[in-house]
Amino acid sequence: MIRPYLAVFSARFRLLLQYRAAAAAGMACQFFWGLIRMMIFQAFYENAVGSEPISLNQTVSYVWLSQGFIMLLPFRVDGEIAGKITSGNVAYELLRPTNLYNLWFAREMANRITPVLLRATPMFILATLAGWLRWPGPGNLAAVAISLLAAVLLSSSISLLMTISMFWTTSGRGITLIISPLMFLLSGMVIPIPLFPDFLQPVFRALPFIGLIDLPIRLFVGHLSVSSAVGVLVYQLLWTAVLILAGKLLLQRGLRRLVVQGG
Amino acid sequence: MPQILVENLVKTFRVARRRAGALGALVGLARREYRTVRALDGVSFSMEEGELLGYIGPNGAGKSTTVKILSGILVPEAGRVEVLGKTPWKHRIETVRNIGVVFGQRTQLWWDLPAVESFELLRDIYRVPQSEYERTRDELVELLQIEPLLDTPVRQLSLGQRMRCDLAAALLHSPRILYLDEPTIGLDAVSKLAVREFIRRLNRDRGVTVILTTHDMDDIEALCRRVIVIHEGGIFLDGTLDDLRARVTRERRLIVDLVHENGHISDPDAEIISRDPRRLTLRFDPQRVAPAKLIARITAKHEIRDLFVENPPIEEIIARLYGEKKPSTMALGSYT
Repeated sequence: MIRPYLAVFSARFRLLLQYRAAAAAGMACQFFWGLIRMMIFQAFYENAVGSEPISLNQTVSYVWLSQGFIMLLPFRVDGEIAGKITSGNVAYELLRPTNLYNLWFAREMANRITPVLLRATPMFILATLAGWLRWPGPGNLAAVAISLLAAVLLSSSISLLMTISMFWTTSGRGITLIISPLMFLLSGMVIPIPLFPDFLQPVFRALPFIGLIDLPIRLFVGHLSVSSAVGVLVYQLLWTAVLILAGKLLLQRGLRRLVVQGG
Repeated sequence: MPQILVENLVKTFRVARRRAGALGALVGLARREYRTVRALDGVSFSMEEGELLGYIGPNGAGKSTTVKILSGILVPEAGRVEVLGKTPWKHRIETVRNIGVVFGQRTQLWWDLPAVESFELLRDIYRVPQSEYERTRDELVELLQIEPLLDTPVRQLSLGQRMRCDLAAALLHSPRILYLDEPTIGLDAVSKLAVREFIRRLNRDRGVTVILTTHDMDDIEALCRRVIVIHEGGIFLDGTLDDLRARVTRERRLIVDLVHENGHISDPDAEIISRDPRRLTLRFDPQRVAPAKLIARITAKHEIRDLFVENPPIEEIIARLYGEKKPSTMALGSYT
């Protein structure tokens, strides 16, 4: 039963592995952003008064981890699927004897995992060698690995929801313009979530976005203990389930009103 | 029981109407007006296994819409459709397992990769066992003569080469029904012949049921015993090519080769429609004058080297058929 989905995943994975130049360029850019972010936080911490919600060392590790995991954020719709919806080639997707949502989900997972692997690996090696990234013990590391997998599922479900919205809007540009800045802020990509004021914390907890990179990273840097890993996982998987359900329902409605453009 | 059954199929599309000018655009932001275009308006037909049907009509007549409904891609407003005993849009997955579709203006192959990579992905998506896949692939590769093309990235293939690969891709899972939506569009003469020959063999040797939509009347004449002409969302004719000719015009052509240059022929029941130095083409109505009688009269009066009777070319028939309808409603279907 799973063969078609595995095939799509692996085909996409192999295709994306070919974009090594893009990954290298992206990584260079992320690296300098990381340097800037790190130095800003170091400056802040030097002049900080009062108690710190997260230590400087943890913050610096947080910065480098988030720079490495940046491609885990679903801040763009899948260009190829978008193109298919705009051009009407989505017709061919519907000719497959497979569940369309699951097929696209498998694709999205490859879209998330491949660029992260390509960018995170060299980034973490560099940051570790420079002494900026401090690694946790095996217990935390196992918890991080599991919550990262859940983050991939969560990210894929959000990204697919954005893609499916294209059945109504035809163009993916609007949703990308709205979602991506919000996503950067709400996921902890700009400022680590623990550094936001207390009154905002419930807002973050009520949204799915901290499940993308913030929670796995906090497990990594030790801001969250191994014992809270189960709670993190439940939070991520519940959101994923809700978003998958929403995506499936929307896709069903979208297909009912589908107008295959052209031809 | 027929393999494909279509009853009273109705499909409408809503098209937003834009008002002209800046003011109109502003008004349009607040209140959208929609126009309903009826793409299919009560289409019914049925097909037995192994039939090869030519489905023709002008642009926008509803041909592609029918194919998309039959493949389970589009959901109609009303009507009943059964493909292999199932309603396609309710049982999309079971239906598409048994059908292959080629949209001539699109490709299902990966643009940047060699065709064989797409084939292997399709093998997995359709869950074709490896041994069966190899057998089908080798057969198709040989029939379509695409062996040397398989390792070339698809974007580097010519249109004719790509179409042959697309045909193979649509058949890797050995479907029992094949929908071809303008498969020869834009192809050169050689490629057209290759595609036609392939469709013929597929239908004849493997008994695959084929629905072929096309604007190329040579396709139809070469392949289809049965044609359905669709017009303004309804079926204008369902029958053989001869039925189509009879329906549009009874006219026949008499081609006469003269012994002397610039000769003339006159007959009250025939009219000259074209003239070469040594050849005249006349048209006549066989109901008004029997061909044998007309020929006898002409040969008695004139010096003739050779002559033969012909049907008007199918292109002309179709052009005449489309031309009879009002051009304004022809392109868009009827409004409600």
